[in-house]
Amino acid sequence: MAHRWTNDLTDRDVTPEDVYLTRRQWLAGAAAGAALAGIGGPAAASGLEPNTWDEITSYNNYYEFGTGKDDPAMYAGGLTTAPWSVTIDGLVERPGAYAFEDILKKMTVEERIYRFRCVEAWSMVVPWNGFELADLLDMAGVKPGARYVAFETVLRPDEMPGTRFPVLDWPYVEGLRLDEAMHPLTILATGIYGRDIPNQNGAPLRLVVPWKYGFKSIKSVVRITLTDSEPPTSWNKANPREYGFYSNVNPEVDHPRWSQATERRIGGGLFSKRIETQMFNGYGKDVAALYDGMDLTKFF
Amino acid sequence: MIVDRLNAVARRVPTWAVYVAYALPAPVLVYMGATGGLGVEPIKALERELGEIALQLLVIGLCITPLRRYLGMNLLKFRRAFGLLAFFYVTLHLLVWLVLDVQIPAQIWADIVKRPYVTIGMAAFVLMIPLALTSTNRAVRRLGSGWRRLHKLTYVVAVLGAVHFIWLTKGFQIEPLAYLGVILGLLALRLRPARGNHAA
Repeated sequence: MAHRWTNDLTDRDVTPEDVYLTRRQWLAGAAAGAALAGIGGPAAASGLEPNTWDEITSYNNYYEFGTGKDDPAMYAGGLTTAPWSVTIDGLVERPGAYAFEDILKKMTVEERIYRFRCVEAWSMVVPWNGFELADLLDMAGVKPGARYVAFETVLRPDEMPGTRFPVLDWPYVEGLRLDEAMHPLTILATGIYGRDIPNQNGAPLRLVVPWKYGFKSIKSVVRITLTDSEPPTSWNKANPREYGFYSNVNPEVDHPRWSQATERRIGGGLFSKRIETQMFNGYGKDVAALYDGMDLTKFF
Repeated sequence: MIVDRLNAVARRVPTWAVYVAYALPAPVLVYMGATGGLGVEPIKALERELGEIALQLLVIGLCITPLRRYLGMNLLKFRRAFGLLAFFYVTLHLLVWLVLDVQIPAQIWADIVKRPYVTIGMAAFVLMIPLALTSTNRAVRRLGSGWRRLHKLTYVVAVLGAVHFIWLTKGFQIEPLAYLGVILGLLALRLRPARGNHAA
């Protein structure tokens, strides 16, 4: 099931290498190591120049460590990520606690360079390393009655200073429809730039659903539950008027408090220009069919 | 008495020192924003810092009357400085939002009309304009008792500022609520009738 999706390479043939391989991508390629050499090629070909390691790891929303953008980088270091296990339960053939190392042994980790669009109207491009969620769900064996997948973030108040405040109803929970979860774009990321994913980005493994707002991509996952009904999700519980279950990136449906028509790509400095937000964050070709016939202003 | 000593110090501090000390963060923040000191998203960081300083200055301004009434501290000569500095920071905050953040004129108007927290912020800014314009000695003399009434708008501005902060926040967060709490507390201190006289 791995390798079901690759970056679009069509532009690569017409773009001379010295034009698209910028210094930044050289650095990126170097950091990623020999196994990932050539990272700049497909990235540049689809107009995706990845953000720097510093950008990706210093500007985070991970409210369990505080609501400031720099809080996760400051405080997430205290989170113990080894040993780690993920409990897979609910409507599965082989429920149980799966050790992180055992999962990794069975999964195929690949590089996925995705746009990442936060509901707050900023965005990045992240070169994730991860495996398809579908592969993990197949490992556990999805039972026929399952229709949704629920996820839960670790909750350790001793290690997560932000959880002392009721910013959200802890632990953080998220959910996907089963077909969304099984989609080849949906991955569990374990690395960035070929390195282990840092704690502030959701170590040791976090969901990445690139066509949805960032908060759907739940971090530091400890439980995955297959269910027959739509599971509760944290931001929807906190404010159902503002955050729907689907939360697909959609420039035509505004957040009640701000426009979603444009976004600011992190890294442009003080005079960074806004860019237009794309429907499904630019992944419409791959995922629009999942929502055929649905009113996306109602199921936002 | 510690209060007497503080009053003595305050008498010696010229008001221009307050202007200089509190105007300084503005260029420093812009410089930091331009050179990476405010992180990888300097626009939002700058916007937020300027807004928060403005709110703090409004709170300081609201402290002056209660400090005098309840503790006998006389900082009245600095009140205009804090008010004008608050207006200065609100203006910078607004400019960063207009020019660096939203950028698109049609979007700016849509936000002001459609987004309640923006509407409230704009209302607070607009209410501050007549206060800044009537901050001269001449205006104080000319308006007489009307000046005092007009400048009670500060109370409204401070509450609107805090509500603006609460409303733009995601989830349940303590800091903006604390600002509103402090502001309402300072306003409540004004409700109790002053005992004795106003001698300072």
